[in-house]
Amino acid sequence: MPIKSYIAFPAKGQRSVLSKELNKLPWCEAIPAENKDVLVLVTDTKDQKEEDLFQEKLNKIKSLDHLTLVSGFNDPGF
Amino acid sequence: MNRRIFMKRLAAASAFSAAASMFPGIIFAEEQNSNVPDGPISWKKSPCRFCGVGCGLLIGLANGKAVAVKGDPKSPVNKGLCCVKGYHSVMSLYGEDRLTKPLVRKNGRMVETSMEEALDLVADKMKETIAKYGKDSVSLYGSGQWTIPDGYVASKLMKGGIGTNNLEANARLCMASAVTGFISSFGMDEPMGCYDDIDHANVFVLWGNNMAEMHPVLFSRILDNRLKRGNVKVIDLATRTTRTSVAADRSILFKPQGDLAIANAICYEIIQNGWVNRKFVESHCTFKQGKSNIGYGLEDKFKFKDEAKNISFEEFKHFLNDYKPENVEDLTGVSAKDIKYLASLFGDPNKKVMSLWCMGANQHTRGTWINNLIYNIHLLTGKISEPGNGPFSLTGQPSACGTVREVGTLTHKLPHGVVANEKDRKMAAEIWQVPVENIPAKPSYHTVEMFRALDRGDIRFMWIQVTNPLVTMPKLNRYKAATEKEDRFIVVSDVYPTPTTEIADVILPSAMWIEREGMYGNSERRTQHFEQMLEPPGEAMSDTWQLIEVGRRLGYEKLFPWSQETHIEEIWKEYTRFHKGKKHGMASYEVLKDQPGVQWPFVDGKETKWRFNGKYDPACKDGGFDFYGKPEGKAWIWVRPYEAPPESPDNDFPFWLNTGRVLEHWHTGSMTRRVPVLHRAVPHSYVELNPDDATKLNIRTGDKVKLVSRRGEIVLPASVNQRAQPTRGQVFVPFFDEALLINQLTLDAFCPISKQPDYKKCAVRVEKV
Repeated sequence: MPIKSYIAFPAKGQRSVLSKELNKLPWCEAIPAENKDVLVLVTDTKDQKEEDLFQEKLNKIKSLDHLTLVSGFNDPGF
Repeated sequence: MNRRIFMKRLAAASAFSAAASMFPGIIFAEEQNSNVPDGPISWKKSPCRFCGVGCGLLIGLANGKAVAVKGDPKSPVNKGLCCVKGYHSVMSLYGEDRLTKPLVRKNGRMVETSMEEALDLVADKMKETIAKYGKDSVSLYGSGQWTIPDGYVASKLMKGGIGTNNLEANARLCMASAVTGFISSFGMDEPMGCYDDIDHANVFVLWGNNMAEMHPVLFSRILDNRLKRGNVKVIDLATRTTRTSVAADRSILFKPQGDLAIANAICYEIIQNGWVNRKFVESHCTFKQGKSNIGYGLEDKFKFKDEAKNISFEEFKHFLNDYKPENVEDLTGVSAKDIKYLASLFGDPNKKVMSLWCMGANQHTRGTWINNLIYNIHLLTGKISEPGNGPFSLTGQPSACGTVREVGTLTHKLPHGVVANEKDRKMAAEIWQVPVENIPAKPSYHTVEMFRALDRGDIRFMWIQVTNPLVTMPKLNRYKAATEKEDRFIVVSDVYPTPTTEIADVILPSAMWIEREGMYGNSERRTQHFEQMLEPPGEAMSDTWQLIEVGRRLGYEKLFPWSQETHIEEIWKEYTRFHKGKKHGMASYEVLKDQPGVQWPFVDGKETKWRFNGKYDPACKDGGFDFYGKPEGKAWIWVRPYEAPPESPDNDFPFWLNTGRVLEHWHTGSMTRRVPVLHRAVPHSYVELNPDDATKLNIRTGDKVKLVSRRGEIVLPASVNQRAQPTRGQVFVPFFDEALLINQLTLDAFCPISKQPDYKKCAVRVEKV
């Protein structure tokens, strides 16, 4: 599966909460901006099953307002 | 660092850069924002494949594949930033249905053949057509995505070899009005300023230009300046509320075609308020009046030639009396107060002002005029050719400037000058070593007329490279039918199947972008070289080499004596002989290979950032302003009136139709729709409606809507209050989707001077299905 990166927009006042929630998920690395209410999210899932599970968990996070997909890298060596 | 971690760092870097473009000044923890270190991937520089901004990219290569992209921090264009298309650009090389084998139509079916046989067939068919119908029955239709060597070889083959001016490029559909605007106002093409102007200007007036989506990297540079300097304002002057309007300090909406009256009203205000820079105007400008009621080119074989009559400043002032702001409110839909506000920005001697525009001004039945009128404003106030003060015409394709405008791959052009000029023909004949009589002095067909000629049967053979006219031509049904007529032979060179390859008799698979060596020239006169980094798939071959192979088969071996290994270098050396001197000197091949792009005029090892100003431009006489494109060294301020468009909404077709692009897709989507991330982001086209109109028609987002014009109809899903919002009585449809061909509805009216069609205005009916 590709590695993807997103810009994550938290619900109002929920940046820190969202950062913690995302970092709890095993496929996620969330990096909050220092001075804006957004985070960079990098995800790494093994296969489609894991990707679906991740999306399911993601949809349940209330502190997440929406995501903008930035990049997806296919790693032929993986 | 293992490969997987490396890729994750790269993905994070892309997101950091994207965030920086959305939120200038955004900070992430330093250790996380550090550059991706060198790993198992090697990095090579290239300009981006997509738009005319010309961002510098670093392409990550591993195991014979392009696996990653990052912005080139050394590039003065984008300084390490990219847009979403740039970041995903290399993925467009690897679509599953890439064309890798030549295909030839036999008994109505496309069958695989070898490249040798396909090229033989193309050459034989050209010879046969010329023998039967004459040399003006064959044509070549290229693109602003042609590399400079592609365009140069095309011009040499058609004009120097075969001896026909039947050479055009799709930049006629996007940049022709910008060219005629420059030529008629300044006598020379391409902007006098450069992107550095953005770092100096206080006011940005965007004339029908959705920069946030179409030129996102430059728009982020504007927003970054606003954040850092504080004294910066962005004015979005448009017919539709877009992401640009939302980010702007002021959004001013106008009625389609109203821009002509707005520009004249601004000039009226500038004169009435004493804001004219009299010293500049008296020393460096002259006043001209052109023809009026100039037509729309709707009929075949339409002819028009403008004439410039000398007039005085007083006569110009008198002409503007019709454009008092209060008198044009109804025509433009803009309040007198807003027009006066705009004029005051230009009139303030303490403000530096940039105007920026692209398709809104150029795809216009009075495209040359609106370009002239924007120049009028800058010339009257003397806000031109100095850092931060300048009119700046943006381009849409990566080498519309470098190839189509500079090499001159248009019917009337030569690599230097025009076919109608004997001196220019002699120069071409000498460099090409052909008899001057080979080069016809009379231009033949501009793009719309070339397809009309194909329909009539005046043209019987057309070779199409790097473009997709069966999606982009206006009034598409007529021109699609033309390609399917008996005794027409169509060759298409491309990288993916498209609606244009569907009608081809021969399909030649092309090497794409970094699968071959080449150069592009961007909007700010910057030429950028890229080397061959990858092997093209299957039998794919560069467009340059396809043209050379066919040229040799036609008997023009002497015109193309180059070896496959060094031909790009040799072509560059020959081509740059056309541009020697202080006004258009180009960098050497060695310098281009070394630098992340070089601006022309390149004189004594230095780029010229601002032309026509002696402080920066060594071609100017006496160190002051010198508009040396015109014989008297003076720029022309034109009388150009408002004239109505050829088709406006009425009882039967009550809506304006406006067409354009979206951020995620580039042009007809033949490359970006093969990038899964981009395709998923905007998987199909749609029709944007104003919410009030949608309520009246009981239409909601996702509902099926039929659009009908006098030329065709289409059903597509509605979009209400989503990405953007047209004004009431207008709909907008993106043209990237080959399954929803909006150009079946558009009108093939064009600017009589530039011959560029207007894709922004025609009348349609909206029906809920």
